[in-house]
Formats: sequence, structure tokens, C-alpha cells
Amino acid sequence: MTNLEKYNTAFMETFDITEEQLNSDLVYQSVEAWDSVGHMQLIAALEDAFDIMFDTDDIVDFSSYDKGKEFMTKYEVEL
Amino acid sequence: MTFYDKLEQFGEKKALITEQECLSYAQLQIAVNDLRAQINDRCLVFCLCSNNVESVTGYIAFLQMRVVPVMINPVINRELFASLLHTYEPNYIWAPKGFCPGQARYVYKDYALIKTEYGQKAELHPELALLLTTSGSTGSPKLVRQTYRNINHNAESIAQYLTISGDDRPITTLPMSYTYGLSIINSHLLKGAAIILTNDSLMEKSFWSLLKEKQATTFGGVPYTYEMLKRLRFLRMYLPSLKVLTQAGGRLGKELHLEFAQGCAEKGIRFIVMYGQTEATARMSYVPQEYSISKAGSIGISIPGGKFWLENDNGSVINEPDITGELVYHGNNVTMGYSTCQEDLAKGDELGGILRTGDMARRDEDGFYYIVGRKKRFLKVYGNRVNLDELESLLQKSGFEAACAGEDDHVRIYLDHGEPDEVLKIMTGLTGLNRSAFEISKIESIPRNESGKILYSELGQWK
Repeated sequence: MTNLEKYNTAFMETFDITEEQLNSDLVYQSVEAWDSVGHMQLIAALEDAFDIMFDTDDIVDFSSYDKGKEFMTKYEVEL
Repeated sequence: MTFYDKLEQFGEKKALITEQECLSYAQLQIAVNDLRAQINDRCLVFCLCSNNVESVTGYIAFLQMRVVPVMINPVINRELFASLLHTYEPNYIWAPKGFCPGQARYVYKDYALIKTEYGQKAELHPELALLLTTSGSTGSPKLVRQTYRNINHNAESIAQYLTISGDDRPITTLPMSYTYGLSIINSHLLKGAAIILTNDSLMEKSFWSLLKEKQATTFGGVPYTYEMLKRLRFLRMYLPSLKVLTQAGGRLGKELHLEFAQGCAEKGIRFIVMYGQTEATARMSYVPQEYSISKAGSIGISIPGGKFWLENDNGSVINEPDITGELVYHGNNVTMGYSTCQEDLAKGDELGGILRTGDMARRDEDGFYYIVGRKKRFLKVYGNRVNLDELESLLQKSGFEAACAGEDDHVRIYLDHGEPDEVLKIMTGLTGLNRSAFEISKIESIPRNESGKILYSELGQWK
């Protein structure tokens, strides 16, 4: 699996959404499952998938699918 | 005099702080007076509440004029809301504008007071102050009947054991319709503290910015909140204004209890684990700060004015330490009981100050209590009480035979027919809980005994 595929899978599995929904409209609370509980699940899924540990500031600022991509590069994950 | 009747004594002190505004106690009382002028008699009101100025204003106004509010979370499933309306026929609804149809009688900021079409006034017991749901999520019409005395006694007791002062500044992390969230508001208004109101979650940057900017000194959390804080590496965050963290709403595992007790001690934060139920207004016990490490995993000792004991199956009091029995509580904060229909609102006290908690506990030699299990079939999911039998009957109404079991924060649903995905959608839609709370498995058949009762102990093998 490529890094982008891993990144996408984390979103699709955590929020039960399709690949078509992975776009710039996907933001915190834009889908039912992306609430505070879902957010924690997403962070856990990404940390596991890439074996990284997010900084607090990045966890709370990880507010959209697009923004998350930017953060990943900070953890040396090229998407 | 009760705390909600004497807000004016704090005058120009800050009462409510939001990102945009700040109201003094005097200003809050003025807003309260305006709302009070709209309702003449004691009656029933549905109070839709979030952590905002309008909700607190409504809540205080209703208590002051002895109008009885049913506290409801606006995220409630609409069908369940309709059924609550139908069951209780409130005379007014205080809700965000546009929440429900009807002409606004009065508007304050983003809230409107709607007069409903129900003309009859329910008969209300004179002591009845407030009605709270026990499980906001399954929308059961079962409400807890709290009295004016209950609210005041519990607020006084909480303020005493947490040594709350007018300099404290809690930031909201829990819904106001939830007994724990409400108790934080009550106990701080009692002492003239300023409350920072926000609906943002700990997972949002805006929450932490507000906490820092407005210098919050305390907040509360359910076990799941502490899971989040751990994930956020809270113990590494620099938040100099924070002095007290409280925890309730379910059992915090011993490991997490210890981790936060130690981590907070190092940071100079008091970490107080507590135990309570809506049926006891809010709080029944706490672990005093000096024992937070040595008694990790415990729910502590009873709050000032309250008393615990344990009873065995025969109803006899257990006096020896380390023997498990049902936890029973006595205190002025024990409510009058439940209501399941409008007629119940006229009922008086059915509990006589004694609450059988339904939790199984043991007491150690030093008198500290530990919860070891539950008598009733319910789970705590993200702080919400979820009754497993209610879930089964909700599913049955949707055409699914299911067996519900699991542990806190994790509901296991076993199906012998039907699509798990469909059931998951129904569950999240009805309860409003995140999908990760549910694990749905297909099994060949639901194990039952001869009389048709589900054998939950046999479900484990399907795990």
C-alpha cells in the first residue's frame, strides 16, 4: 500500500466513507462520524499506520483531510 | 436562600464568559428577569441546552420562578424529541431559534421561547425543581425528578469538598443537560465563580485557545475525556492557569487513574476522581486529593452530608472490609425518583433519601470504596448511560432480534439475521453515539434458555 492509500484508508475506515468523499470538503464534523470521538480514532489509526506520534498542536489542528496531508510531511511521511 | 436566587449578590463579578462576550452576575440577572416576565405561572418547560449564555439564562430563570425545566440536549434524535413532547406536553419550549415550529413569544440572542399548543398544565409536585434524562442517548421518557433541596445540597457539598472559590474559572467540557456538566455550573455559580462556556471539544484547537486566553482553572471529564487527554499528551502541555481536574461519569481504569494522579501532582494540578448518578442529583463520593495516588482505582469516600454502605443479597449491611455488595447511598441529594409519564410529575418522594446505586462495590480497611461491577444491564459509553435492554427493544422495533452486551465504551451487538451495516446506522442514528462505540457481529443463533431469555454468558464464545 502506498502512503496515500494508507492515509486514505484511515479516513475511510474510521468514518465509514467512500473514496469519492475524500476531498477538500471533508472537514471536522462534516460527516457524522467525525466528531471528537471519531477524531481520536482517526489520530490513533494514522499513528498506527505510519508508526508516528503527533504533537498535541497538530492533533487539535488536524481539522480537515487536506490540512492533515500537510501535517504528514512534518512527520516525514510523503504522500 | 438558594444559590440561583441570590446571583445579584455577586454584582459586577464575571459570571459567564464566552469567546465573544462576558456577562457579570448583575447582567445575568437582568437577562433572567426579562425571560421571567414572559411566564406567569408554575408550569413545565423543555429547556434545550448547550453551553451558551442563553441556556444558562433560561435554566436560572426557570429555577428562580419555580417553573420546572426538562433539560434536553439539542442533538437529540428528532423522533425521540417528538415522543418526549408527546409524553410530557410542556407548556413552553426554550430552544435555539428555528429548533421547533411555533411562534416565538420572546427572543434572547439565538434562543426563542415558544408557547406550545398544549393548553393543560401538568400537575407538578411542589418540591419538583428539575427533570433530567438518565440516558440522553436512548431517548427513554424516563426522567429523574430533582428537588430544589437536592440541587442546593449537592452544589453546597461539591463546593465544600472541592474548595471552590469565587476565583475559580471552570471551562465547559460536558453537555449542560448532563448531570455532571450541570453540577459544575451549579457549584460554581454558588460561589460567584466565572464560567467559561464553549461547545468546542478537547479535540479542537479553539478549545485550548479559549482555555488559555480566558485562564480556565478547572474542567471535568468522563473516562473517555481522559483517553483523549492522554492521546493529546496533556501531561506535557503547558497550561499554567489550570489548577483542578475532576473525573466522573464512569470508572476510570486504575492505570489511567494513577497516570493522571501522578502526572497532575507533578504539574501542581489537583486531580479529583468522583462518583455519582443523576438519581443522586450528581455527586455521591470523591477521592480526596491527598489519596489520589495511594487510592487510585477507588471512587473514594462519600461527599459531605452523604453516607455509603454495602448490602448483601439478603439486604443485610456488610460490615467487614473487602466483601462485595450493592453500594447504597443516603443523603439530601437523593432525588424523589423517576417519572415516565406526565402524571408522575405530581408524585412526591419515593426514595426517602436512600439510593440503591445498582453498582457492586467493596470497601477497603480505610473506608474507601471500589466499584467492581454492576447489578443492572447498562454500560457507560463516553459518559452516557446506555441501557442494553433498551437497545434491544429499540432494535426490535426496527425489526431486528439482537442481543446487546459489552463493556464500557464498547457495545457488542449480536445479530442472527439482518445486515450489520444497517443495524450500525440505526444505532448511531438513534443514540447519536459515534460508530466506534459499536461492534456488530453476526452469529448463527442467539443463545436462549428454555423460557426464551438470552444467555449473555454464552455470547462470549462468539467474540
